[in-house]
Amino acid sequence: MKEIKIEEKEVSKYTRRSWLAFVNLFVLSGAGIAGWRGLSTQPLDGGILGGIPTPLRKGLETNEKLFRSTFNNLKLIKEYPKSEAAKKVRVNGAVGLEEASFEPTQWTLDLQKADNKSQSITLVELKKLPKTEIIYNFKCIEGWSQISWWGGVRFVDFCNHFGLNKEAQMQYVGMCTPDQEYYVGIDRESALHPQTILAYEMNGKPLIAEHDAPLRLIIPIKYGVKSLKRIGSIYFDNEKPSDYWAERGYDYYIGH
Amino acid sequence: MSSKIVFKHPLATRWMHWLNFPILTIMIWSGTLIYWANDVYALQIGNFVLFKFFPEVVYKWFNIPYRLGEGMAYHFVFMWAFMLNGFLYACYTLISGEWRDLIPQKGALRESWQVVLHDLGVRKQLPPQSKYNAAQRVSYSAIIVMGFGSVLTGFAIYKPVQLGWLTALCGGYEVARAVHFILTIGYVLFFFVHLIQVIRAGWNNFRSMVAGFEIVKEKEVTDI
Repeated sequence: MKEIKIEEKEVSKYTRRSWLAFVNLFVLSGAGIAGWRGLSTQPLDGGILGGIPTPLRKGLETNEKLFRSTFNNLKLIKEYPKSEAAKKVRVNGAVGLEEASFEPTQWTLDLQKADNKSQSITLVELKKLPKTEIIYNFKCIEGWSQISWWGGVRFVDFCNHFGLNKEAQMQYVGMCTPDQEYYVGIDRESALHPQTILAYEMNGKPLIAEHDAPLRLIIPIKYGVKSLKRIGSIYFDNEKPSDYWAERGYDYYIGH
Repeated sequence: MSSKIVFKHPLATRWMHWLNFPILTIMIWSGTLIYWANDVYALQIGNFVLFKFFPEVVYKWFNIPYRLGEGMAYHFVFMWAFMLNGFLYACYTLISGEWRDLIPQKGALRESWQVVLHDLGVRKQLPPQSKYNAAQRVSYSAIIVMGFGSVLTGFAIYKPVQLGWLTALCGGYEVARAVHFILTIGYVLFFFVHLIQVIRAGWNNFRSMVAGFEIVKEKEVTDI
């Protein structure tokens, strides 16, 4: 450490200097607190990206740009042997599943195509496509995770089979429940990731009501909130589709 | 009587130290908002819970419940500030040569123990020291390593597929989350010890982290 010797009369000069430093720290702290107050009391962003102050939303969108631009579709989530899959799969969230009149046997998938046409697809048709199974660590945004085993049609196979080449070029895929109470938006690359599946089986058996029959999304490279249960319709858009949790302040992307 | 001015902390160190305080506070607070949604950690022996992280009273006191979305938003924005500040500090410390005062010297652990005994009033004399004593060297170096660990385990749970190698390196998703949490508890413990030690060390020492220097009164040395 550097040292200098000073005369007694110089001490007051240094004392003054040190008080000035305290004043600086005090003023800067005040500015910091004012900045914090300003940030946390900002009007909340409304609409599709709601629930949090606008500057934070801008920050999350910047993160999204960064992680989308570095996204590698070839990176796969780790898979496990079937023996490690949970027998009792955790159930979390029932938004969009509360329609009492819903009848799984009457269900068809409403596929909305680019030219304003729509197509109804039955489960029988979907089951004719190659089946893909995945056993992976399902991650909830709350922080828990569980190894679970799912079977269904890869989304990329689904797009190829139903001739959705033009649609699959669009930036986002939107999905919602038949009652339109729960809905998600997913960026194109993540939807087309080879481990993203439209699942109709869990633990080797048809989906049960809570998980949710007859068809659900399983997208391992996102937190569970994006793995929509009971798909009613699928559509494509270049703008961000509405997303239930993003409206409530969550990151829209929340990808792994 | 004459005095000397001892220049202790460079301007860069002081700025980064005082910036880190609110940034880390925001990271810990927002991290707690996230942790609340799945608060599974506890200190326990068998099934006997010694301490649950966290008791309801703590949540209530800091207004934690049902703010997961908000917590993530703050956490994933302010993490950049935390990383940038930490990165700049590490670079500065390396380039300026300040690291020489910081890294634990030979026998630092044994000497740290002597410092602890001294500070607890068990031992009379304090081991000789330069800018920092051995215990300070160990804890200040540890806190940098911990910061680095928080960033690594943080990314391991933030991007477990794109950064799958990192998650594997951290021992998997669950282990990474647990380590990320333990490190945070470490910061809180560090903070309290640091606070007590700063109070004990007195005004001159505290002033040096604000103004940069200590004013030391010296007795006149007469030539023999």
